[in-house]
Parts: sequence; C-alpha cells; structure tokens
Amino acid sequence: MTDTTTKPARTSASAVAAANPRIIEAREHTVEIVSDSGEGAQKCGQIFGAVSAKMGNGVWTVEIIPAEIQPPARSVAGASGNRIRIGSGPVTNWGDEAHLVVAFNEQVVLGRHRLEALADDCVILIEDMWASHPDEAVRAAWTAAIEELSSKPYRVIRVPMEERCLTLVENARKGKNMFVLGMLSCIYGRDLQRVKDQIAHQFRKKSQELYEQNVGLMELGHAWAAENLDFRVNVPGMADTGEMVVMNGNEAIGMGCVASGMDLCSMYPITPATSVSHYLSEVFEKFGGMVHQAEDEIAAIGVAIGASYAGKTAFTVTSGPGLALKTEFIGLAIMAEIPLVIVNVQRGGPSTGLPTKVEQGDLLSALYAQPGDAPRVVIAPATIEECFHVVVTARRIAEAFRTPVIILTDANLATGVQPFARPKLDVRWHASPPDQSPVSAGKGPFEWDTRTGLSERFIPGQAGGMHTLTGLSHDEKSRVAYDAATHQRGCAMRSRKLAVLQQTLKTPEIHGDAAGDLLVVGWGSTKGAIEEAVDRARAEGLSVSSVHLRFLSPMEPGLGEMFRRFKKVFTVEINYSDDPSDPFITDENRRRGQLSWMLRAQTLVDVDCWTRVFGEPLRPGQILQAIHDRCPGATSGKGGAL
Amino acid sequence: MPRGHFGEGGCSVIPFASSLLDCVSCSTEDKHLGPADYGSSVPRWCPGCGDHSVLTAVQRLLADENLPPERTVFVSGIGCSSRLPHYLKTYGFHGIHGRALPIATGVKLHRPDLNVFAVMGDGDCCSIGAGHWIHAIRYNMDITVLLLDNCIYALTKDQTSPTTPQGYASNTQPKGSWLPPLNPLTVTLGVTNASFVAQTAEWVPSHLFETLKAARAHRGFSFVRILQRCPVFTPDIFQKAVRDPGQIELLVHDDGIPTAGLENLYKNRQAHDPRDLHGARRLAEFDGKFRLGLFFKDASAPRYEETRHLPVHTAQERMDLLDREFDRYAV
Ligand SMILES: Cc1ncc(C[n+]2csc(CCOP(=O)(O)OP(=O)(O)O)c2C)c(N)n1
Ligand code: SF4
Repeated sequence: MTDTTTKPARTSASAVAAANPRIIEAREHTVEIVSDSGEGAQKCGQIFGAVSAKMGNGVWTVEIIPAEIQPPARSVAGASGNRIRIGSGPVTNWGDEAHLVVAFNEQVVLGRHRLEALADDCVILIEDMWASHPDEAVRAAWTAAIEELSSKPYRVIRVPMEERCLTLVENARKGKNMFVLGMLSCIYGRDLQRVKDQIAHQFRKKSQELYEQNVGLMELGHAWAAENLDFRVNVPGMADTGEMVVMNGNEAIGMGCVASGMDLCSMYPITPATSVSHYLSEVFEKFGGMVHQAEDEIAAIGVAIGASYAGKTAFTVTSGPGLALKTEFIGLAIMAEIPLVIVNVQRGGPSTGLPTKVEQGDLLSALYAQPGDAPRVVIAPATIEECFHVVVTARRIAEAFRTPVIILTDANLATGVQPFARPKLDVRWHASPPDQSPVSAGKGPFEWDTRTGLSERFIPGQAGGMHTLTGLSHDEKSRVAYDAATHQRGCAMRSRKLAVLQQTLKTPEIHGDAAGDLLVVGWGSTKGAIEEAVDRARAEGLSVSSVHLRFLSPMEPGLGEMFRRFKKVFTVEINYSDDPSDPFITDENRRRGQLSWMLRAQTLVDVDCWTRVFGEPLRPGQILQAIHDRCPGATSGKGGAL
Repeated sequence: MPRGHFGEGGCSVIPFASSLLDCVSCSTEDKHLGPADYGSSVPRWCPGCGDHSVLTAVQRLLADENLPPERTVFVSGIGCSSRLPHYLKTYGFHGIHGRALPIATGVKLHRPDLNVFAVMGDGDCCSIGAGHWIHAIRYNMDITVLLLDNCIYALTKDQTSPTTPQGYASNTQPKGSWLPPLNPLTVTLGVTNASFVAQTAEWVPSHLFETLKAARAHRGFSFVRILQRCPVFTPDIFQKAVRDPGQIELLVHDDGIPTAGLENLYKNRQAHDPRDLHGARRLAEFDGKFRLGLFFKDASAPRYEETRHLPVHTAQERMDLLDREFDRYAV
C-alpha cells in the first residue's frame, strides 16, 4: 500500500511486518492528534482518552489550542488537537514529549516539532494526500516540511486517510477524526465495544445515521492500521480503579459549584474560563441555579455581590483581564465583608496576552490588586479533582469569614481531562439557609469579636437588622467614620480573620524526605509535573523533595521551619522571572517568580525560583533539569522520559 | 487514587455556619410607620441641597406605602446623592461609584420579595455607570431608580458631568463644557424594553412624591430623573425654573402623574399619553422647557426576574440530582 517513507528514506512498514507486528511494552505513552482546527482532532482525543480511562489506564488529556478560532489552514501556528498521555498508573500531567503523533497535515506536525514537543524516536502518522496535491505550492510545502522533520530520527509513516475515508463518505474532512480513532484503537489495543459506546456518548445529541457513519469510519481506520502497521503499543491498565469519573477542570469547578449549593454564577465570557459557564448553562437551572451573563465583568461581580448581600450564594468566574476589571468590587466586598467566591482561570498575560494558554501570572494581582489593605483568601487547587472540592471549601470559608475567596486555576486545569475517584456527595457541603431571625435591638452588622475579627451578618428581610453597608471606613454599626481609631480597628479586624483562618490550616505534606539538599515549592496545576520530576531525581539518588501550596492567602503554617531543613529552596512556577544571567540583572534588582517573592517575604528564607512562560504546561523533564542545575551531585543532562 | 487536599475532611475550616441552621422565618410586624420612623442619622448635605427634598419625599413614600423597612433595600453608588441610604432606616448598600445597578440587579434577581430602590447621581448613572444603566433598562427588573441630576459632579467638587449644559463652567472645563449634554430621558427611551420613564423636580414636592409613588407602583425598571439643585456648584442651572414656573411644563394624562394642586402655579400643560413612545421621545428632547411628568409606561414589558424564574429544591434533592449528573462522567 501507500506506506512508503518519504525522502530521505527512514523506515518502511511493510505488509509482511504488519502481519506480525512488534509489541512495544510501555508503562506510559504519549500520543498527540493534531489537525487544522475544525477537523475534529479534539473529539477523537477525548474519546480515546475516555476509553483508555475505562480500560484502567491513568490518563491526562490536554487540548492543543491555537489562539485564533480559525487560524489559516495548514499553518504551523494552527495546530489544534489533543495530547493524551496514558499510563499503567495514575498520570498527573501531560508529560514531556510525544511518542506518537497523528497529523492531518505536515504543517501542524512541523509546529509541534518546532516546539520540541516530539520525542526523538517519535512515530509520526501523517495524512499523505498533500504529497501529491495538485497545487504545486502545497507539494513544495510538504517536501520542505518533511525535509525539516528529517533533522530528527522520527519515523514518518504516510497514511492515505483521505483516500480511505472517501470510500465511505463524500466529505472526508468531517470523518477523518474517526478514522484516526480507529487507527489508535488498533495500535493501543482498545476495546472496540467501548470505543463504539464512547462514540455514541460523544455524539448523543446527533442522529443515529451519523453514529453509524462514525463507527464505519472508525472501523475503516482500525482495519487500515491492522493491515499496514508493524507495531502495537501495550500500556496495561490498572485492575481495579474503583468508581471513577472523568472530566476537565472547568467542568469540575462547575460541579463543585452545584455541590457547594451555589445559587448564582454571574459571569462575562472570557477564555479559558467560559466553559465553566457553558457547562453550568446546560445543567444549572435544573438544580435551581442560574447563570447570569452580565454586560461586563464589573457588572458580573456586582450582581454576585448583590445576590450574596441578599442572602444567596454566588460566584463569578473569569480570567486575568476580567479579574483586573473586578478589582474595585472585590475591594468593596472585602470592606463590606460580603461572602463571595471568585474563580480566576489564569491565562497568559499581561493584557490580552495568551488567551488560550496557561500561565500562573495572576497570583500577586489576586492578592494585592486593591487599593489600601484588602485581606482576602486565595486558594489554588492542584488537580482536577481538587477543582471540584475547592469550591465547597471556598464557599464555606467565604461565609464563615465574611470574605471574598479567590480560587486560582489555570488553562492547564481548565482543559486537562483526568479520571478521579467519584466524589461521595455530602449534603452538608451545601450552604445552610441564611438566618432570618429578628435581630435584637441595637445590634450592629459588624460587631466584631475583637479577638477573631469575626462578626455576624444580617441580610435584608431580617427584622431589626437594618443598616447601610458601605465601602467607606465604618464602625460596628456600619456608620461612616473617618476617625483614626475606627479605621485602624476596621483594618485590624479584617486582617485578623486571615490569621484565624491560618490557625485552622495544616502544614502541607512534603513529597519526599522532610530534610535534604533541595526543596521544590509549587502551587496550582504544576503539582503532577513537579512530583514526577522529583521522583525521577530521587530515583537518581538526589536528595530532593517538594511541597505544594494550596493556600496562598493566608499561607499554610510551618513553611519557614520546613524550608530551613533544606540547603536550597526554589519555586517552580509558570510566570515570568528575570534570568540571573541576563544583562543588568543582579540579585538586588532581579524580579522573581510570584510565589518565591511572597515566600521570601513571609519566611525570610532565600527562596530561589525557576519559572517559564512558554504558554504551555511545564514538562517534568524541564523541571528535572532545573533540579539538576541546583544539585551538586546531579548527573547533568536532559531529563528524558521514563 | 489519593484523596484530594479538599476532599472529605481535607480542610479543617470551622463549620461556623451550622449555628445558622435553625432558620426562623421573618415576621413582619403589622404596624404602621410614619415618615420619621424611616429616618436614620442627620443628613450631611449642604443647606438648600435638593437631596434633602428627595429624602423627605422618599420617607413619605415609604410611610405612605407602609413598606416594611426590613424588606426594603436602597442601593446607591458614590456621590453626594448616593449618601441617601445612610439616612434611611431600611436596608441600604452604599456601594462604589457607578455600580449601584449591578448590585441592585443581584439583590432583586434572587429576592423578588424585597422592595429595591437604586439611587444615583448623574455622574454615577450617566457617566461611569452608563453601561450598566443601558443594560438595566433592558433587564427591566422591578427596581425603582432615582437619578438625582444636579448636572455636576458635586462630591468631588465641581467637575463637568455628562448632563452639564454646554458652556457651563466647572473646575475641569473652566471655559465651559465643550459638548452638548447627554439627555438621560431620550437615552432611556431609546433602549429596548424601557418600561417607565418620568421626570420630576425636587422643588415641586407634591409632584416629586406622586412621581415616586407611580414609579414604585410600576412593576419594572422605573426610571425617574429628578432635577436636583446643588446650590454650591450649580446654583443657576435650575434657579430660573424655580423662580419662573413658566419654564416648567407639566405632562398630563389620566394614566400619568397626578398634578392636583399644581394647576394654579404651573400653567403650561401638555397632554401626553404615556403609551405613546414616539410622542415621549419627541417631548423628551430639551427645548428650553423642563417637562415634568410621565413620558412612557409599558406594563407589559417582560421582567428579567420573572423570565429567569427557577425551580426550588432542597439541598438533598440537589445532591441527588448531582449524583445522577456524575453518572454522565462515570468511567
Ligand atoms: C472609581 C471612582 N472614580 C472616581 C471617584 C470619585 N468620585 C466620587 S463621586 C464622583 C462623582 C459624583 O458626581 P455624581 O455622580 O453626579 O453625584 P453628586 O455628587 O453630584 O450627587 C466621583 C467622580 C470614585 N469614588 N470612584
Ligand atoms: S455639594 Fe451640592 S449636591 Fe453636594 S450636598 Fe452640597 S448642595 Fe448637595
């Protein structure tokens, strides 16, 4: 068949070899499906990921998203699709480099190659219609791309996707993704019945005819691979994973909102946060909840504040630019002590930045963007499972402490898909109905317990509790007061609440030994990659541990003491910091990673940082390299895949 | 799979709220309150400020309608005018500059049982909060909106506002306002789903009161522009009209604002049917006469809080539904 390798010749899978394929045994394997956007690579990836999870594999699926909705076809920057990393144990991050790529054209795979996303021995299955395209420019682009790819020892296999699909459908563009799904199912030995079930689930809103067509295309791809490919990959699954669910972080946030008893999601669309509201718009009403799309981010939080003031539980969800707009209202909620949950799904900044890409650049603005002293709670879930639970925690803290709580997730969690243990729901996660009992005469809305700063709030409807909330400096009765003592006391009371909350928190657990040469500190979505890197370093005999922070404000206790047990401490973050070796950069003027900045101030430990803003999740290998650079006894060199 | 940090028992946050579990439903005592019962602290406005008259009219309205103070909420922005909630014995929310309407929207959205008022200045509503204003008209929620228009930024001491007359000098435009003013009435009348638009003047107390009463009775976004004197910064903008009733024209109609008792003083009258949107838009154009009365009313305009009416479930029912939702994601 057409399975001829391109110039320069590298490998050829002959039909003879295909009859007796080589089985590659792997503990884990990473596959990418890349296409122009709109060709359905993501659907294919989602189905493949879900089937793998059902077969007991650990799975991490992440979308490869171009910044534009419709980037030009066949462009290097337009690669759209999925990376799916499957393993024999739990998979906590997207890994390092892909071992197998299926590409719908040569340009998109070139994009991945240039981003160093592919392992040297990567197998590339590529649509070959472009090689013989009538347009000479396309043929020339193909030749140039194949030439560029030949700089690495990839194995390039040409696949007649279009040609095969046309035997079944008129427009192959619509169905190639199912053909690819079939190929992958064959390569990885996926259970075909499960694949069909998942196709049915994915297209449940579509016609039976479409389902049948998709299954036909899938089987076509399966048959082609069976006849023509000389290798298979075996990644055994876990025998018993217990009851699992699989979803992305934004869906988990949405479900967390339902679980926490939220009444209102007030939002304005912004990538990569919007899908939380897409999900909720689909289901929230049947729970009695409402998604309100406001006229802008300011109104979105204003409506949430109004609802919360009136005794309902509300949250707003946004990304960096939206958080910036909400700044003044967050200050009001802090000053007037209104419970509120704000979810910020971080993307690359500043300004419009990298709308679809991951970054952890909003930590300091989440903490400090308001005028004056504005203490608030900031929490960052580290996994998709935590995206679900964090909302319950945040809602509770918001109400118990009468404060806004900011949840920081990011594009990596938002679009990453991972199976996790099905939560055992507990009705106590819900907000208790607001107290409506009459307020005794003379009682004010800010009668702070002077030890804790906590106070009881009254909501409209409560007889005797009438008062006017204000963002102006005020006393216990919410009377505007500008005198020195009142302002000092108000600030102290609002600040005290964080200290009280901090006292209820536990010191975070160390991954690895409690003392040693090097401690890696992380927060948010990087946990999986950091711990994988630390495990690899420890397997090499290095004295490395890591710790992951969930609470950024207030910070969990015991950090200074913990840090002092290590010779060096550094943070790993997806935000910008100056490279110490860059021109003009000195230890004094170096701008550091945001968490390291905070930790230095908080602990007086010389916390270093290693940060990158590549617009993609960190790879364990990169982090391992950073560990090597800081460990005297390390064998230098690239931290490869397992 | 390891349990998440936020999983069961993961975070030891005090379940503080449990003490609030015993929900005692509100008892509105059946007693009648007078205007003084709605007054709170002594207003800090300048002597002669029109805001005093508005406060008086509001207190009278609350007493007249016998609105339970605990079921009444006044939301405001920032400005001299936005201080008004502090002087009432109802619930109040003195928010941030320009953002009264989003807060009021949030209050009303889930608590249709509350009587919600929004109080704004012209800078508040027509400048910094203009985006919210336009959309709040569209939402048409049952909120009574008081625009206290003194044609100037007063609290910040004399800067041009969108409604400052062209040529009128201020600290920021000492040679006089460069631009012709924005007309809050025509803007409101131009927005889809406008349902109640009226204009009154604080120096005509009976008209002010009747207008507030009609606005409050209307179920929808009742927009009342109140011409308001600021003797400190815009002493002359309305002064001529105060002295010369000939500059005022009353809009009259059976369905409009009652004008009984005003006939002798205000001779200029214009019959106008508040159902007539085109007529309203024409009359709302400023031509040297201050027209007081009801420009437009449409009781049939859909209200957002009704459109978005939702089922009510117990916590347990919600959790059961959520458990079923998880089935969709089961592996
Ligand atoms: C975000 C923000 N910008 C500016 C201000 C300053 N400021 C306070 S009130 C005001 C304007 C007040 O004018 P108006 O709304 O017409 O009310 P008035 O004082 O005339 O009643 C301004 C600009 C502020 N408080 N907040
Ligand atoms: S400055 Fe003007 S608007 Fe403000 S209180 Fe004084 S008179 Fe009233």
